[in-house]
Parts: sequence; structure tokens; C-alpha cells
Amino acid sequence: MTPLGALFYLLAAVLLGAAVLAATRRNPVHAVCCAVAVFLSAGGLMAVLGAPLPGVLMAVVYAGAIMVLFLFIIMLLGLTAGDGPLPTGRLVVPATLAAATLVALFALIGADPTGARLLPAAMAAPAAVGRVLFDTYWLAVEAVSILLFAALAAALLLGRGRSGGRAQPTGGPAA
Amino acid sequence: MNVPLSHVLAVAAGLFVIGGVMAASRRSILLILIGVEFMLTAGSIVFAGAALAWGNIDGQAAIIIVMGLAAAEAGLGLALLVHGRRGGGSVDADGYARLGGDA
Repeated sequence: MTPLGALFYLLAAVLLGAAVLAATRRNPVHAVCCAVAVFLSAGGLMAVLGAPLPGVLMAVVYAGAIMVLFLFIIMLLGLTAGDGPLPTGRLVVPATLAAATLVALFALIGADPTGARLLPAAMAAPAAVGRVLFDTYWLAVEAVSILLFAALAAALLLGRGRSGGRAQPTGGPAA
Repeated sequence: MNVPLSHVLAVAAGLFVIGGVMAASRRSILLILIGVEFMLTAGSIVFAGAALAWGNIDGQAAIIIVMGLAAAEAGLGLALLVHGRRGGGSVDADGYARLGGDA
């Protein structure tokens, strides 16, 4: 096994282990920290798979920005911090469905003859990715930018304090 | 690199399923959103593996577009959560049941 292949399996093991931990921790801060480990190892996985630009963006955007936003919201809202893993009773039905899905996916992956092809060790230049992104997929980039602007405007509107009138409850026991 | 494409797909399938379990079994909206992010990341890993297997760089462009979508989704979801919480709502997804009748 080449060093790159060994790195792939190491990162994959870290990724799946941290994902299981994030899915089962009851304390939201612990879950977010495990999610940061998931996104960092996913970024490393992409770099091993010859995609350094998406890998670095993964670390910057997901682990750096989105997860810090989640941590910020946890601290802003003061979420109750449980401890230890989730009670197993809540996991039974989703885990059964998930195991069935996983078996089906593995069967499909195993049945595909192209799945057995060994991946080459290659590295795409970030400039080439940018050229494809802005030449071929400029319309998608514009659509995403409009979507991000809409999300920004909505977040500003929702996050703004009310200028007048009584607050309307939107959910929960108070509603 | 002695890694077949099927192993990349298997890792992505595992992450997708774990994200699905997280989105289905958690009560806090915040952790449901993280589960959805895991599922999107699994899709991105498949794009990276397929881009390498077929020597086609378009998959890497798709990863960046998916990343933009995920950022918009997370930002808007968290803004809605803060809005609902400020209006006296709860953090639990089960708390938003006004349309559910008396069940």
C-alpha cells in the first residue's frame, strides 16, 4: 500500500469515527467539536483524492465558518448541556433504517464493475478548477450567489429586533 | 494510490447514513442541521472520488457549488432558529407543532 493510500484509510477512519461520535453525543458543544473533526478529515480526504482547492475550502468554509457559527448560536441561545451518549432507545428505529440503507448501498457499490478500478494519484491545479467553474458553470455560480444573497437578506430580516408590537410566539409550549 | 473507487463510495455512503441517523434521531434543530451538513459532505466526497476516477475536473467545481448551497442552508436555518427562539419558541423540533392538532 502506498503512503497516499494509507493516508486515505486513516482519514476515512477518523472521519467515520468522529461522525459516529458527533451523532451520539448529547452535549451540543461536544457534537460540534466532533463535527469539526469530520469536516477537517473530509477536507484532507479531498486533498488525497486530488482536489486540493475543495479540500482547503472545506477546512475554511465548513470547519472555520459554519461550525463556528453553530458554536456561536449554541452560546447565544444557551442550550442545555447533557452529558454522555444518547439513550439507545431513540436510536433503534433510525439505526435499523440506516443499516438497511447501508446494506443496499454497499450491494449497489459492489455490483458496479467500475468500482473496482484503482484510482490514479493525481492533483488538479486550483487554477484549472477555477477556469472550469467560471467558464462552464458560471450560471450555477451566479445562482448560488443570488441564493447566498437571499439567505443573507433573510437572516438580516429575521435577526433584526422588532421595531414595535408584541412578539408573536412561533413555536414551543408558549405557542 | 492503491484505493479502488468503491472504497471512496463506501466511506461516503457511511457518512451519508450517519448524517441521516443524526438528522432523524436528534431533537435539537441545531444538531439536525449538522446531520444535513454531513449528508452534503458525503455527496461532496463522492464528487471528489468520481472526478479523480474519470479524470474530469467538473466534479471539483460541483463540490464548490454544493459548499455554497450548504453555507446558505446553514445560515438561513440558524437565523430561523434564533428568530423562533426569540419569539418564545423552543430549540427542539418537536416544539413546533401548532399545525399538528390535538394529537
